[in-house]
Amino acid sequence: MSLLAEMNQKALGLGIPISVHLDITYRCNERCVHCYLDHDDHGEMTTAEIKDILNQLSEAGVFFLTLSGGEVLMRRDFFEIVEHARRLLFNVKVKTNGVMIREAEAKRIRELGVEQVQISVYSHRPEIHDAITKLPGSLKRTVEAIRFLKSQGLKVVIANVLMAGNFFDNAGVMALAKELGVSYTLDPTITPKMDGDRSILALRIPGSELKQVFRSEELVGDVEEFCAPPPAPGDDVMDGLPCSAGHTACYISPYGDVFPCVQFPLPSGNVRRQKFADIWQNSSQLKEVRSIRARDLPTCSTCAHVGTCTRCPGLAYMEGNMRGPSTADCEKSFQRTGIPSANMLSRARVASAVPLIQIRAAV
Amino acid sequence: MGDNTVAAGDNVIAEKYIARSSAIAARLIGGEMMIMSAVDSTFFTLNEVATLIWQAADGRTPLSDIVASRICPEFEVDAEQAGRDAEQFVSDLSQHGILLVSEKPITLASPSEAA
Repeated sequence: MSLLAEMNQKALGLGIPISVHLDITYRCNERCVHCYLDHDDHGEMTTAEIKDILNQLSEAGVFFLTLSGGEVLMRRDFFEIVEHARRLLFNVKVKTNGVMIREAEAKRIRELGVEQVQISVYSHRPEIHDAITKLPGSLKRTVEAIRFLKSQGLKVVIANVLMAGNFFDNAGVMALAKELGVSYTLDPTITPKMDGDRSILALRIPGSELKQVFRSEELVGDVEEFCAPPPAPGDDVMDGLPCSAGHTACYISPYGDVFPCVQFPLPSGNVRRQKFADIWQNSSQLKEVRSIRARDLPTCSTCAHVGTCTRCPGLAYMEGNMRGPSTADCEKSFQRTGIPSANMLSRARVASAVPLIQIRAAV
Repeated sequence: MGDNTVAAGDNVIAEKYIARSSAIAARLIGGEMMIMSAVDSTFFTLNEVATLIWQAADGRTPLSDIVASRICPEFEVDAEQAGRDAEQFVSDLSQHGILLVSEKPITLASPSEAA
């Protein structure tokens, strides 16, 4: 076990939230077609409120702090917030589109000791990237920002969200990352909007294309191992935790709302009304999330993939049941291994049990 | 003997002042200090003794004082052995840029001033 994994285990045992994702704004200068946020400002936390939260997070033992949005640089106090976070010795990661980062901003980010900057790039072709962000010239600005950040010696990661509209450009984005000397990550996850609107899910890449991703050695490493059938689950799997959400990690919105994860919109408290430690320790919602083990999942506990699936409890929650399956992850498990999930089989049974022609007599 | 020297047996050696680098992230988790370098992402955990030295590294207190006043009484260890271990620890962390070492007191920089 690595040192980091050991510390995560220790944090889990001690009930310490070792990682927090804090969105400091939902405002953004881009209007990405797949974005799940409402970009209006409904009363963001003030600078003083955010600094107070950071003090509380530091006292609670938070080590990894992700600052994201919206676009973080839409806040004029962004650097003041980062400076405060670094004074408190957080390991700070920033997620941005980079459009507002020029040489001076890159220098400031480096001076403040930010660990990593993650930047979204959707395509190496401006006509595709800019069509997704709906901001003309955004790819050019973003790539320039990456160069500025790299020239400061900062660690930069390109995050490539894959959708039907940019699927065929992932090799181009990988090549761009290589040329820029930065890391590349790929994410095929599109989540429903925060208001529950699921229309953007239509942007998800189809299963057949997902299969291609999972067969790419460049992306997954050892394809045979990655796509191997799942081993039979043991007790360790059945007693295991679904993920770190609510256990060693949580998410705080620009309005102070606390959730188990950025992808798990279960309201668990608000730091404007309660101390963070009180929410973390006593929230009934977080306690419920923490109580769930793999064996408590009615469908997934019977699934062949239970030990290897990337099932996201937040996506399951957005589908109506935090103990239920996350169909996007069922699809991933299926496309990866060719073995249908228990959820898929159960849906197929229900579908086949319904007669094609139904006639109901009036009573 | 000048202000910045200490006697070690028959030898006179330069005093050491140590300060925590601002280009790091750190947090105390269950008595162990987690430290990650923002420069090269090297990750360390410090045991209780090392954590005490780390916390006392204010740039103003000589290392020998830290050992004599904080380590020896707290852990009931031999001063000479503790001093050697502390020197080794300081040397290891300074090589990763986690601790700053000087023969003169160090003025600490905030992260915003750190290069």
